[in-house]
Amino acid sequence: MGLRSIIALLLATIALVAVLSTLEPFGIFMPGLLSGAWMTVRIAALGSFLAVVFGVASALVQLFWLFFVLPDFGISLEPYTVAVLALGLNVGAYGAEVVRAAILTVPRGQWEAATAVNMTQGQMLRRIILPQAVLTMIPPWGNLFIELLKSTALVSLITISDLSFKAQEMNQTTMKTIDIFTLVLLIYLAISLAITIAMRLLENTASRGLARGRAH
Amino acid sequence: MLWDWTYALEVLPVLAKAAIITIEATFLGFLIAASLGLAFAILRMLGPVVATPITIVIELVRSTPLLIQIFFLYFVLPKFGVTLDAFTAGVLALGLHYATYCSEVYRAGLENIPRGQWEASTALNLSLFTTFKDIILPQAIPPIVPALGNYLVALFKETPLLSAIAVLELMQTAKILGSETFRYVEPITLVGLLFLVMSLVAAIGIRWVERALSRRIAR
Repeated sequence: MGLRSIIALLLATIALVAVLSTLEPFGIFMPGLLSGAWMTVRIAALGSFLAVVFGVASALVQLFWLFFVLPDFGISLEPYTVAVLALGLNVGAYGAEVVRAAILTVPRGQWEAATAVNMTQGQMLRRIILPQAVLTMIPPWGNLFIELLKSTALVSLITISDLSFKAQEMNQTTMKTIDIFTLVLLIYLAISLAITIAMRLLENTASRGLARGRAH
Repeated sequence: MLWDWTYALEVLPVLAKAAIITIEATFLGFLIAASLGLAFAILRMLGPVVATPITIVIELVRSTPLLIQIFFLYFVLPKFGVTLDAFTAGVLALGLHYATYCSEVYRAGLENIPRGQWEASTALNLSLFTTFKDIILPQAIPPIVPALGNYLVALFKETPLLSAIAVLELMQTAKILGSETFRYVEPITLVGLLFLVMSLVAAIGIRWVERALSRRIAR
């Protein structure tokens, strides 16, 4: 029940985060793929605007704002949609930084070599830059997903019956406070361990064939 | 009209008063986080017997939601005979949660001290306490102030969570105002703006401290 809903929420939000955070830095890095510089400027500006508003503002305030204030503007969203939007935008702002930083860590020589062998910008990204950048992205993404998992607890405050909501509900009906909250903590711990392990596996898969002076 | 200026101006003083509670919670929480984090970091240097349990506690706290930890302190501790009022429980939870983050920051700072500094302190026969107080910490802390500052801002942004256990901080006050008048637009938007402004001011403050410190180190 509660567990299923947080996992669904987690996945939906991860998807939104992934889309948002790849869009923003790509707007900055890939003028060639978009229709001209004008578009780049607009996306970059939108990206930094989003990063400031959603990265600086508190996640819970955003959640409440979307939940309580948007209906007054005539936009009534399901609590669930509000949750995915607020968490996705909030974590997406950080995700964008992760992607940007990872692309920046690919050595300059790689870009130059790809240009020298006359690759198009698409080929360059697909074959040279991304395979290397993705590897550096994975550990920070893992941390980000755990942060995201932790922020999903917030959605219980806008009446979504996730794990934390069920915990409070059961606490009021059964009064077995110690058991309930300990169990809930353990469930969150188990999910975040699962995330850590999954990201570790993903990192192993992604680093296959990329010798970087690391022992494999 | 959607935005009512008279109502907004009416609720602003109430919110400003609540903002003081938010700021209090932030600073008290950060005080706990900064000192407990340092304690964690130093204890983790004392060998595996002390370090392992502390590392487990840190991982446990870091990978579970702050909200549940707040509930835990507020609802579970009374069962063990420790009754905390909402504000204390909330500040303790904030402090404990961010202490685990701060301890990683301190650890990075401590690990950056060259080995020679430790060896020189041993050679001069300084006690462990004096070594930390006069040699290690004065070198380890200034470089990590920006990172600690970021956590101060992060902690500040988490204070609305205290509204879940009915601490009368900004968010809770805004919700009460909203439920009294059925007008949520003004109070919640104002809270959002207040948070935005205060975070930006804090970020600028940290930048300033950072610059002042780097000048001091350079000298």
